[in-house]
Amino acid sequence: MLMDTTQVLDKENKQRLAAISEAEGETASSDTHVDETKGEGTVGDITVPNPIMTARNVDVYYGEKHAIVNVGLDVGHNQVVAMIGPSGCGKSTFLRCLNRMNDTIESCRVTGTVTLDGQDIYDKHVDVVPLRARVGIVFQKPNPFPKSIYDNVAYGPRIHGLATDKTHLDEIVQSSLERAGLFGEVKDRLDQPGTDLSGGQQQRLCIARTIALGPEVILMDEPCSALDPIATAKIEDLMDELRQNYAIVVVTHNMQQAARVSQRTAFFHLGKLIEVGETDRIFTNPRHKLTEDYITGRFG
Amino acid sequence: MTSLNGSTAGRRPKNRDLIAAGLKRRHAAEKRFQLMGAMAVGLSLAFLSFLFVSIIAKGYSAFQRTHVLLDIQFEEVLIDPVGERDAQTLSDANYAVLVRNALKELFPDVSGRRDQRALYKLVSSSASLYLRELVIDDPALIGTSMQLWVTADDEVDMLIKGHLDRDAPGSARRFGAKQIAWVDELEQAGRLTKRFNMPFFTSGDSREPEQAGIGGALVGSFLMLIVTVVLAFPIGAATAVYLEEFAPKNKWTDLIEVNINNLAAVPSIVFGLLGLAVFINFFHLPRSAPLVGGLVLTLMTLPTIIIAGRAALQAVPPSIREAALGVGASKMQMVAHHVLPLALPGLLTGTIIGMARALGETAPLLMIGMVAFIVDVPSGFTDPSTALPVQIYLWADSPERAFVELTSAAIMVLLAFLLVMNGAAVVLRNRFEKRW
Repeated sequence: MLMDTTQVLDKENKQRLAAISEAEGETASSDTHVDETKGEGTVGDITVPNPIMTARNVDVYYGEKHAIVNVGLDVGHNQVVAMIGPSGCGKSTFLRCLNRMNDTIESCRVTGTVTLDGQDIYDKHVDVVPLRARVGIVFQKPNPFPKSIYDNVAYGPRIHGLATDKTHLDEIVQSSLERAGLFGEVKDRLDQPGTDLSGGQQQRLCIARTIALGPEVILMDEPCSALDPIATAKIEDLMDELRQNYAIVVVTHNMQQAARVSQRTAFFHLGKLIEVGETDRIFTNPRHKLTEDYITGRFG
Repeated sequence: MTSLNGSTAGRRPKNRDLIAAGLKRRHAAEKRFQLMGAMAVGLSLAFLSFLFVSIIAKGYSAFQRTHVLLDIQFEEVLIDPVGERDAQTLSDANYAVLVRNALKELFPDVSGRRDQRALYKLVSSSASLYLRELVIDDPALIGTSMQLWVTADDEVDMLIKGHLDRDAPGSARRFGAKQIAWVDELEQAGRLTKRFNMPFFTSGDSREPEQAGIGGALVGSFLMLIVTVVLAFPIGAATAVYLEEFAPKNKWTDLIEVNINNLAAVPSIVFGLLGLAVFINFFHLPRSAPLVGGLVLTLMTLPTIIIAGRAALQAVPPSIREAALGVGASKMQMVAHHVLPLALPGLLTGTIIGMARALGETAPLLMIGMVAFIVDVPSGFTDPSTALPVQIYLWADSPERAFVELTSAAIMVLLAFLLVMNGAAVVLRNRFEKRW
């Protein structure tokens, strides 16, 4: 049933998109730009073959404010999707829709469909607890728990009952820290507070905490904005490695970062998804005027 | 030095000079404010030290009590003429006679009923009770004689401590010139001494100042605080957590919040009236009982705890909540594992401060009958009892000179408890507060 709805929605969207590109005609491929005032649709293909997550017709309201307008986007397996755009354009809001973190905001209302493996995560019967274990999130500001490094990583597996015994839990903690590239630096002080680590280490600890649950998708909300270039480089390398096993959606203000780490890039502006496409294409040949203005630094 | 405002420099003063001209005024304002602040602090410290000095000066002597050395003869004829050592006989015997005989022996010249009665008043009526205890514990004492220190009357105590004016006209004194002479004689004979006043901490109230103690009031206050903390902490913490973390934000919760804030400002005597109407008149709980007192103080303390608890919960950074929810913790797990432990120091501080307020509260207790004169130390939550501040209030009303020092001493004990509780709040906050 759910699948059907999604497929229907998918079909509609594709038709709509086809109509838009038809209307735009050859202009889309030529150097002339799409007029921003014309349509509401997104330029570029929002779909990917065999997506792990799909979002369709997503609207988000904060009380009266319409924060996200009719956004659709697919997330593919083993792929980093970067979301760029000026401040307040709704990137983070959209990101938080993908694991229902917006539920925690009282006035926030989400409409539309977001599916994970074909299942609508906004369905009434969906419990957010397992959802958030499958779609992990790393926040902008490193936010380790004021507990030991070990407990920070072990907390998720503990509450979800993932470890069979103490040895297994130790293994999970160690492998998560290893994959987050932090184990070497902290292996002798796992019992010390995670809050004593440096900013970059804290952020990697938060990533380790997320991957300890073995999620399918990792959402990252400007994970490097509070970090220095060296720590940023480490996190970026880490994202490239993690891509082998997970799908990653990353919000960033740093366009070089988007270009470096992502395969697909989505450009948001004023709550709308303006353009989406292969990262190389977006940065070399943007089709929408706004996208070009933004990535060339004319605003934002 | 170049001017920052270029061509206009000639026409108007430079910014530099304008700033310099205003500096003096700014510094003066700062100095004035600092001076006023220091004066305010100094004034309040002066008042505080005046309060402490006057209370301590009046009260410290109450921790010692005058005793008289008497040669008591445990005459068998007087205690147990039959000689069976029957427990009832020993208990019923007239031990006051032994005390009187001992006094008569010391002052053989005193004759006449009035003088003799005045002489007997030198020793507290508790002396005979003390002798009875001794004899019941060890009947072998009967027939022997021994020197014993017994409690002196409060007037003797006052005279020895210098609180009585020897030169005042006879009518202004409850203590006659003859009695003063006897006391002087006893003192010269080395038969008077001051000892630590243990009964002050262990015995209940009494009409006789030398027998009155805060034991009953202490136990009453303690039992009340137990009821209060056992009820107020969990209820207050649960309310704070529910309102802050789980309750939907709508006009009903707003209304509840406004009401809680108002309740914190309601005069405490109103809570006493509520307790009287609900707990005593409706539920028929016993009067003057620590249970009811504790319930009333719980009602009074709850708003304080809820407000402090909510403030502590609000101070937990949202990033910690997001982190917990982000790894898939349920709301309950987020609260129990992360938010509550971080908010606990604040919650405990609020509770202890609420308890300290409850400990010092008198007005609501007057309403539920805890102002009664109660001699026995309460042994349970439903026994009639009184509380420390109420005891102070009662003694402050009593005419005997000796109650003045008892009142001050009781205030000192109460203040010591309050200081300890507030100190505990500070220590808890410092020790368990986590930084992030």
